[in-house]
Amino acid sequence: MTLTTTARISREEGRHLLTDAPLLELGARAHEARMARWPQKVVTFVVDSNPNYTNVCVTDCQFCAFYRKPGDREAWTLTVDEVLAKVEFAASKGATTVLLQGGHNPVLPLEYYLTLVRETRKRFPQVTPHFFTASEIHTMAQVAGVRFTDILDRLWDAGQRTIPGGGAEVLSARVRTRIAPKKGGPEAWLEVHREAHRRGFKSTATMMYGHVETVDDLLDHFDSIRGLQDEFSGFTAFVPWSFKPGNTLLEKWIKHYQGPNTYLRMLAAARVYLDNFPHVQASWFSEGKATGQVALHFGADDWGGTLFEENVHKAAEYVNTISVDEIVTLIREAGFTPAQRTTEYEILRTY
Amino acid sequence: MRFSDPRLEPIWDKVRAGERLSREDGLALFQTDDLLGVGRMADHVKTRREGDRVYFVINRHITPTNLCVLSCSFCGFARKPGQAGAYEHSIEDMVAMVRGEMHEVHIVGGHHPDWPFEYYERMIEAIHAAHPDIPIKAFTAAEIDYFWRRWKIEPKDALSRLKAVGLSSMPGGGAEIFSTRLAKLLKYTGKADPERWCEIHGIAHALGIKTNATMLYGHVETLAERVEHLLRLREQQDASGGFVTFVPLAYQTAATQVVPRQTPPTDSLRTIAVSRLLLDNFPHVEAYWVTLGEETASIALHFGADDVNGTLEDERIQHLSGASTPAGVAREQLFRMIRDAGKIPVERDALYKTVRVWS
Repeated sequence: MTLTTTARISREEGRHLLTDAPLLELGARAHEARMARWPQKVVTFVVDSNPNYTNVCVTDCQFCAFYRKPGDREAWTLTVDEVLAKVEFAASKGATTVLLQGGHNPVLPLEYYLTLVRETRKRFPQVTPHFFTASEIHTMAQVAGVRFTDILDRLWDAGQRTIPGGGAEVLSARVRTRIAPKKGGPEAWLEVHREAHRRGFKSTATMMYGHVETVDDLLDHFDSIRGLQDEFSGFTAFVPWSFKPGNTLLEKWIKHYQGPNTYLRMLAAARVYLDNFPHVQASWFSEGKATGQVALHFGADDWGGTLFEENVHKAAEYVNTISVDEIVTLIREAGFTPAQRTTEYEILRTY
Repeated sequence: MRFSDPRLEPIWDKVRAGERLSREDGLALFQTDDLLGVGRMADHVKTRREGDRVYFVINRHITPTNLCVLSCSFCGFARKPGQAGAYEHSIEDMVAMVRGEMHEVHIVGGHHPDWPFEYYERMIEAIHAAHPDIPIKAFTAAEIDYFWRRWKIEPKDALSRLKAVGLSSMPGGGAEIFSTRLAKLLKYTGKADPERWCEIHGIAHALGIKTNATMLYGHVETLAERVEHLLRLREQQDASGGFVTFVPLAYQTAATQVVPRQTPPTDSLRTIAVSRLLLDNFPHVEAYWVTLGEETASIALHFGADDVNGTLEDERIQHLSGASTPAGVAREQLFRMIRDAGKIPVERDALYKTVRVWS
């Protein structure tokens, strides 16, 4: 296999990258692909926060430590004002993105979500409402008794322009049936992003690996999102992270450890395979700052965000924090120029 | 192999042919932007020597005292007599510290103002008598030199006497970075200088005592000073041949303020890789996970390192965590680091005798 090729990587080549390609050769190839797309040695980051509006969820995903069933003593749902207070807190700290997600709460009316978008746009014009993953959009549609495409139109009219990529897990029917059976098959996630992209929304694609998936499942995931990206170019970035087993139903089944080398392989293989994705994000938050810095040499060109608030990993007893100053230092130390970006990857400030 | 920096191409030709790299090559490897290019060359060398094997040793560190007559700027450990936190272990205490399953005892301490040489001799003798099967790796060249400064015992005599009572090898500490400029700047002029450090290792090698070598990096040294250090070690190894492992030590910022932050993992990976490439006559290069952190040490196994050491942590903490045995816990963690890199864990003793291949 040659180091560079302009031809699209085949599934068999992808299998080689994900399994037995020498790690640093793969990394060098990914870095070369990144430098070909972004020749300046700039690494972007976003000032953001990840609050949640409810932990009530009917989906019972095996990998989740965050949710509570409706009626549970520890179940909670914030009012519109409470959520907006969290947006205000993020804005006061300089956030330009608020990634708002929640459980699949069967009682919240559509107006709740639309008000959150509208009021965020109105009161905090500097903040992009990066709200609601695909499966939440499906929940809204079911509760309101309308099509999910209608929800997308209503969110667009309320002022929303981007959608977070969470909830993809691994886009394989086998995996989703095993770990998230009530979330639907891969198409449930893909159709929301497809219709969103058709309407002009931008979104990200995530992947949570390291549980019950096989290499073929990962390749299915890559093929699905690469294929969709060919249609509308609506994905801004790919963001992989490893499963954190703490406090989850899957914990007792998953014994193998997903370390930094596995992560670097996943990231680099994605950069090479997903040739139509502009950005690949190094997840300092889930993989650690040291691995994040190294990842910038394995194809990643984005550092993710400040995550002023985060509750989902925290529920799995995994905690990590960072400041803008530290991000700037970490990116520089790794040999790159830090630049603050928006949700849609426009550069706001180069350091 | 293709490189983003064309300067690496002639170096790669030499590496492939097994030719020795020059000072200029070393500097280019430290300066290039192509971090993975350097790493791939080092990985090639490591794999050519050791295949997928990665070594570890379950060992116990014993620090007989933190009393020290020196005042090195980078040291957060040393205490003066009467100062809070100063301690001196008795020989009985130290013998009692060696228990459970382990294949190396590592002893390094401060330059104690008053302990006679015989105390050190009795220490080795007592531990060896209690555990004749566990190799003892003890006393840096700086300490051996101090026995001369303090008690006028020639290194050759000191090492012969220690070997006679059970010393098996010497650790590589006290080298710091071979530079007169830095010795003055960081106030370590009061210990063995580079010539003396190398001389003592040469004497040990002549006596059949294997030794390690270190380099303290990531403070205020220049890249050229790192290269000089590595080349001086290579030259010594050509002359005396008894070095087993090179251990680059990332400067720890916690207790002192020479620099505000530990050098980044990318620099540590590069330093390990360049060490593997320049030190063509050293059998092993170590990624000492205690100073690098678990993540970086694990990644370093693709950048030329073939060893992660394996020091036991505080045994009380391990028992609190409900672990089976301290050695068992240490192994689980080391397996994680080594297997995530796709390598085969090989448990060794202090002298690289294979204890067990954990395939």
